[in-house]
Amino acid sequence: MAPPLIELIGATKRFPSGSGSVHTAVRDLSMSVQPGEFVAVVGPTGCGKSTTLSLVSGLQPASAGRVRVNGEDVRSIPDGVGYMFQTDAVMPWRSVLENVASGPRFRGVDKAEARAQAMDWIERVGLGGFEKYYPHQLSGGMRKRVALAQTLVTSPKILLMDEPFSALDVQTRALMQDELLRLWSGSGAAVIFVTHDLDEAIALADKVVVMTASPATVKDVFEIPLERPRAVEELRLTEGFRSIYREIWESLRGEVDKAREKGVGNVA
Amino acid sequence: MSHETVEAPAAEVPVFESEQDILARSRKAVSKRRRNIWLLRVGILIVWLGSWELTATYWIDPFFYSKPSRIWQRLVEWFSDGTDFGSIWSQILITVEEAVIGFAIGAVAGVILGVILGRSAYLADVLAPFIKAANALPRIVLAALFVIWFGLGLSSKVATVVVLVFFAVFFNAFTGAREVDRNLIDNARILGASRGQVLKSIVLPSATSWILSSLHVAFGFALIGAVVGEYTGAKGGLGFLISNAQGTFDTAGVYAGMLIITVVALFAEWGIGTLESRLLRWRPPAAGSSAANAIM
Repeated sequence: MAPPLIELIGATKRFPSGSGSVHTAVRDLSMSVQPGEFVAVVGPTGCGKSTTLSLVSGLQPASAGRVRVNGEDVRSIPDGVGYMFQTDAVMPWRSVLENVASGPRFRGVDKAEARAQAMDWIERVGLGGFEKYYPHQLSGGMRKRVALAQTLVTSPKILLMDEPFSALDVQTRALMQDELLRLWSGSGAAVIFVTHDLDEAIALADKVVVMTASPATVKDVFEIPLERPRAVEELRLTEGFRSIYREIWESLRGEVDKAREKGVGNVA
Repeated sequence: MSHETVEAPAAEVPVFESEQDILARSRKAVSKRRRNIWLLRVGILIVWLGSWELTATYWIDPFFYSKPSRIWQRLVEWFSDGTDFGSIWSQILITVEEAVIGFAIGAVAGVILGVILGRSAYLADVLAPFIKAANALPRIVLAALFVIWFGLGLSSKVATVVVLVFFAVFFNAFTGAREVDRNLIDNARILGASRGQVLKSIVLPSATSWILSSLHVAFGFALIGAVVGEYTGAKGGLGFLISNAQGTFDTAGVYAGMLIITVVALFAEWGIGTLESRLLRWRPPAAGSSAANAIM
């Protein structure tokens, strides 16, 4: 088998918490992602899913264990990584075109070429004609498309997505999921898609990783044998989808309950 | 939305107002409102100046309080025959030059130091007590010191302006640079931005709205600094004119000087406002901004 593109071996991340103690966000996490594989990570809210992404992206160093990308230990941001954040991270003072062109510009591509690449991706994410608009003039879904184009224009081999569609309404979300699958297919990029929405995880991924309640570690890994190409909304109604959902939910439910109890404990 | 697809016989639907009616009515209301606002403004001016003129003519001593007609006379005299110290335009130019040079130096220094300290929590912690102390100092008094150090010419006024402008801009640049959205910086780093690129394309634009809003206040300070500096000791400028008018009990001259400074400040305000709206085109128009703009 080919060496995995992304490999976490016993990775642990601890933070100093506000009250003077140390909070463990991720504990002894081991998982691997093959090139071109779409992996969804689900887990209860606040369990440390996002921390996993920041370890892989090199934004934060691991406290223990190893994080390897392309067979090399991650010390800074590895080459070929794209990251889509949960909240809007497009620059409000730049037009759509300048936002999408900023990745190539940062990497030293000359202005005309960067703009040409950006225009291409703006068309591909369906924002043709909006390139002169500023982010505040766009809807939430359109801003997500800008973020998607901004990330994909750098042709990443690894795409890290942190609940990118969680702020969207249900219909826009389904539409963006379809768009993501369309743009991803043929890109050959490996994706780690963090979400708390099991529906979304199953509809998109080849493999669903279930995390435990905080501190997060891998509880179960499920292969999703559903055929591609997929149409997200129809897929949800099929019997195959429902049975996979039931199986994974059995695993996830215990962790969600644990997280809830903990939450209640914290409040009390 | 869907009412166009509903086929209803036109006769049964009474139309009380057409789109043209609504538009015409709102246009009329807007123009009427604008006219009334201007009429009231002119009215306030007439009542204020008229009552001043009357009281100064019949009751109080215009030697001490002057009156609008005398101030007007003084202005006409200054602009047609010049002041006792040369053309009024050269006096205005002196003050504006001092204010602008000092403003530029102070604003640039304030932005640079503000952004550096805003990005370095460590340095900010080290320097915090000094900055607080320097800010608490009544800096306008330094004008007296600067006259001793730099003489009666341009440089002593510029120095006064710089210390006033610097702190106004510094604190806003500092806050603006500190409050940059963490996500935006992470996103830029992932996209391949170096430290310098993050500073240039994320931190500075994000602090710009803070910095620009401080420039309004800062230019006011710049004029105050220049005038007070001239008042303290100078060979020309509007502050010098006012100081001289005071020395000769020429109250009309003091008022006339004030009036000219006000006009200069309003021009500068307009210029900064234009710059601001050009640089902040990307910002969503805030609700109620027209009312706020009228005041600010």
